[in-house]
Amino acid sequence: MTTQTLTERPARSTLFDGLTRYVPIGATVALLIALYLGGVANYPNFDSPQVVAKLFIDNAPLLVIAVGMTFVILSGGIDLSVGSVMAFSTMACAWLTVDAGIPAPAALVMVLAFGTLWGLAIGAVIHYFNVQPFIATLVGLFLFRGLTLQINSEDVSMREIEFWQWGMTHVDFGEIRDGGFWLPYLSFVAFAVVIVAFVTLHYTRFGRGVYAVGGSESSALLMGLPVARTKIGVYAVSGFCAALAGVLAAFATKSANPLANVGAELDAIAAVVIGGTLLTGGAGFVLGTVAGVMVWGMLNTLIAFQGNLSSWWARIVMGILLLAFILLQRVLARSGEKRRT
Amino acid sequence: MNYAKRLMWPLIILLALIVVNIVATGVDFIVPSVNEDGRLGGAFVNILRRSAPLLLIALGMTLVIATKGIDLSVGAVYAIGAAIACQTIIDAPDQTAAGLVFSAVAIALVVTAVIGAWNGVMVAYFGIQPIVATLILMIAGRGIAQLVTGGQIPKVQDSSPFTELGRGAFLAVPIPIWIAALVLTALALLTRRTALGMLLESVGGNPEASRLAGIRSKGITVLVYLVCALCAGLAGLIGAANLGSADANNGGLWIELDAILAVVIGGTALLGGRFFLLGTAIGVVIIGTLEDTIINVGLSSQWQFTAKAIVVFVVALLQSPEFRAWILKPIKRRPAAPAPAPAEEVQAK
Amino acid sequence: MPATAPPGAALVQMTGIVKDFTGVRALDGVDFTLRPGEIHAVMGENGAGKSTLIKVLTGVHGHDAGEILLDGEPVRFHSPKAAQAAGISTVYQEVNLTDNLSVAENLFAGREPRLGPFINFRAMRRKAKALLDDIGIDLNVAAPLSSYSIAMQQLVAIARAVDIESKVLILDEPTSSLDRDEVEVLLGVMRRLAADGTAMVFISHFLDQVYEISDRMTVLRNGTLVGEWATADLPQSELIGHMLGREAATLEQIERAASAHRVEDEEPLVEARGLGRKGSIAPYDLTVRRGEVVGLAGLLGSGRTETVRLIAGADRADSGALQFEGRRVGGHNSRTAAARGIAFCPENRKTEGLVGDLTVAENMILAMQASRGWARSIPVARRDKLVAEFIEKLGIRPADPDMPVKNLSGGNQQKVLLARWMLIEPKLLILDEPTRGIDVGAKADIQRLVAELSADGLSVLFVSAELDEVTRLSDRIAVLRDRELIAVLESEADMTTERIVDTIVAGGRES
Repeated sequence: MTTQTLTERPARSTLFDGLTRYVPIGATVALLIALYLGGVANYPNFDSPQVVAKLFIDNAPLLVIAVGMTFVILSGGIDLSVGSVMAFSTMACAWLTVDAGIPAPAALVMVLAFGTLWGLAIGAVIHYFNVQPFIATLVGLFLFRGLTLQINSEDVSMREIEFWQWGMTHVDFGEIRDGGFWLPYLSFVAFAVVIVAFVTLHYTRFGRGVYAVGGSESSALLMGLPVARTKIGVYAVSGFCAALAGVLAAFATKSANPLANVGAELDAIAAVVIGGTLLTGGAGFVLGTVAGVMVWGMLNTLIAFQGNLSSWWARIVMGILLLAFILLQRVLARSGEKRRT
Repeated sequence: MNYAKRLMWPLIILLALIVVNIVATGVDFIVPSVNEDGRLGGAFVNILRRSAPLLLIALGMTLVIATKGIDLSVGAVYAIGAAIACQTIIDAPDQTAAGLVFSAVAIALVVTAVIGAWNGVMVAYFGIQPIVATLILMIAGRGIAQLVTGGQIPKVQDSSPFTELGRGAFLAVPIPIWIAALVLTALALLTRRTALGMLLESVGGNPEASRLAGIRSKGITVLVYLVCALCAGLAGLIGAANLGSADANNGGLWIELDAILAVVIGGTALLGGRFFLLGTAIGVVIIGTLEDTIINVGLSSQWQFTAKAIVVFVVALLQSPEFRAWILKPIKRRPAAPAPAPAEEVQAK
Repeated sequence: MPATAPPGAALVQMTGIVKDFTGVRALDGVDFTLRPGEIHAVMGENGAGKSTLIKVLTGVHGHDAGEILLDGEPVRFHSPKAAQAAGISTVYQEVNLTDNLSVAENLFAGREPRLGPFINFRAMRRKAKALLDDIGIDLNVAAPLSSYSIAMQQLVAIARAVDIESKVLILDEPTSSLDRDEVEVLLGVMRRLAADGTAMVFISHFLDQVYEISDRMTVLRNGTLVGEWATADLPQSELIGHMLGREAATLEQIERAASAHRVEDEEPLVEARGLGRKGSIAPYDLTVRRGEVVGLAGLLGSGRTETVRLIAGADRADSGALQFEGRRVGGHNSRTAAARGIAFCPENRKTEGLVGDLTVAENMILAMQASRGWARSIPVARRDKLVAEFIEKLGIRPADPDMPVKNLSGGNQQKVLLARWMLIEPKLLILDEPTRGIDVGAKADIQRLVAELSADGLSVLFVSAELDEVTRLSDRIAVLRDRELIAVLESEADMTTERIVDTIVAGGRES
């Protein structure tokens, strides 16, 4: 029998601690709102709901790969292969349906299964052979760009196959003229991915395991968590998301370009970090990633509305934001950890 | 010598590639020819000439990796260096002035050095992981290059002496090869004649022991990132001079990955410590030769990426102790005492 | 098999355990027996093999020979997870939880209560609250673990281990970051578990706690078993004797040439006044005179290393002042310390001392080169001469300056490290456990060297777990206990192993 009870209030108040956790994502959302209001103030028609809807049309594939990347980065890894896997998946869709004549739904399933298997394989290499994720996924970056080019070094059109019309079929929410907007099916696919990812990360053992492994892999191992399954799992998720993004791109453009999505992995990483996920793993939110992708889309929209600015401004601003967020996270981490030196 | 042993594998791979090429295309592959204008030419000399920018970047990357770091921004820095030089030249009234070319090159190199110092400060003083610190410029750098060129691709007149940097020759040998050789020699001297090389290896091999031994590791780290960016800027100049233009989007695209690959092939481990500049140089030539080999053996040029992927994969696995143990297990197991049978059951979940 | 073995029968029986780490034998034929419901302390100095023994049992390391029986069945675990599944839970000294997750999540990670496939957070928080209440701690279980002190995190780790229904609970230095009240809570939990029949392995360097809670003790030294005793039958002084050992017979007597000169008259080289660092060593006063050897004695975890690291500039002090050669030292770090002539050979050769991939010669000149800066390389001829001189002087074998230092034996590595600092001709040489884990010959060489150096006027701060060594070499001995400097022994009569042991034991009674 114990006679006494020890009580400790958290070193920092829970309110403060909670707030600290939300500082990065809060900053992102504030930025997003500021960008939007800036657009509304400066450009006519910017306040049309379709402007916002368009973010989720143009960036649906990016959103999907960024969600996959969120899993990987939360676990403390990185996946450089997503841009190439995505381009390969689009090309594979075209090749399977146009050249090989396989029914489109079957082709779609094959492509998604392949992306997942690739993720499993590279995850196994990373975990069991202790190869740095950076290098292991670099293999994917080269390999799938090469394979894509080998399938076809030219654009392939999928317009002839009716199945690929499905993605851009849209649902109207009121008349655009009267302040309504529309969204295509593929945007809903992206939303579904976000919701599933959110639930998985926050409400399943696998999801909490991802956070635990990212927080401290050695601790997770000593706590008896299934570290191997978790680490391999996140790459499988990322591989699946990259393949799905490729399929969405096939729906959106109805064509496959072998040089599409060069650098998409960087956009995805930037969106994840700007969304408040720590690149060292263990902390972040998938909804933050959504905000990060929206910032990226909003920047591009603003540049398009301005008309005389080139798209590279978006990259520069993303770089500056990335810098700001990395420094912010560094400061928060320092204030949190006990002084060592 | 340990050093010679480390270089043996890359050399064997290179020789094998050369032999394959000779079998495919004849002895002309390796023997330099003399063009009408008295310059050296031929397939292998061309490989060396084309590989010069990659070599410069890979050398800088070798030093960075020796300190347990990595620099992802070199491709972007390459584009920035090229953009600054070309834009400075086309903005001037007389593109053929030697003084102009000189100052354009100088401005480009100073800016890239500043970028490198920035990377180094982020890593050494702000304590940000190298991969993250340099990712920022990897993403934003090409935008900055486009800012310099105003989104255009600046084309330098063929008559400008700037193009000599990429196309010219001195004593019959192409200028890029001279520059690459000079930088290789200079870095080798800088690291091996001074104590810099040893201190780099010490910081990369055991940072804590280095601190306790009184080494100024922060200053050394900044210096290394600075040198790496300077090499990348110089590589950008050579590349731009060769083309006579600076393409901010595609100039030096993925060169950071090729450079890392060359460093790893050359025997420098990604975990820091011992580095081999000469090994890196051989690694670069291997990559250059590989690209030609693919064409020469009759594969389409699209195989390039696939071949590189295979090389990265094999090298990464060979460097993994876990993989080696796994591969050697069937061989090693036999003489060892058999493990008790129930053991395996306990492990199975 | 009966679920509960009869009293006295072994729950865990380890026999003849051997474990080699690339050339070093960490455990040499160790036996260990754990009975149901007992609290069994494993005692020994640093490097005695306690942690290795635990890690073999819990599946972190494999073993090279010997047998482990759990409930009479032979077992061999390949991962902590497998050991946990078999009923062996472990709480380590460093908190092995993930502090980015909440307290409740850490308690139930991997076995969260679920509704279908989803975690039932409400039930998890309720269960967490109940579990912590039961143990006697009151926390906000929804708050991130990182918002609590290390001590509280450690108690959470213990709560987690307790809740997993384990037959064996291993507590590896669980109290090192706990204060008095927290220790009481932990000991209370341990007593209750023992009453319920859980067997516990307890490792701690706090002798009071060991005597308060444990039923039996197993003592290890240098990877071998010294013996097993009932706690009641083994007085503290005897225990300390067993842990520290008396190897006098194996070592030749070192002639103290230095004893001829009177160091009491020399001026002080180092004066520490109230020097301390929160959480690592309480403020202390210490003086080292020129040509004097000051030994630091105390048990593992008593603050020996922490004391000298402050003087060496390896850690920053947060209180007090340090004077060197009569001048106050400001902005103290490893680099400025070396420039002043303070040399520091750290406790852990591999992780803090040597750069394994570099050669013997490179490791030797590292400090000298660091002080010159990278641009001024030491001329090859001079370097070769210096290196050859010290290889000869210290008897480093093999005498190959170009061999990677990681290929050398421990004793020779230690000599390389010593040579590194002798090259800069320091005024103060700080040696932290220079003779640990090395063979007897090298040990004698190093001891002789310390005696010679001090005779030449060099001051030495000497940390060692072996009391014989400390008493033989030192002019004065500072005794530490529980992260506090409790006494400085000066007179010849006081400087015996018995007197040091008495001081340590008495120091504990007073506090």
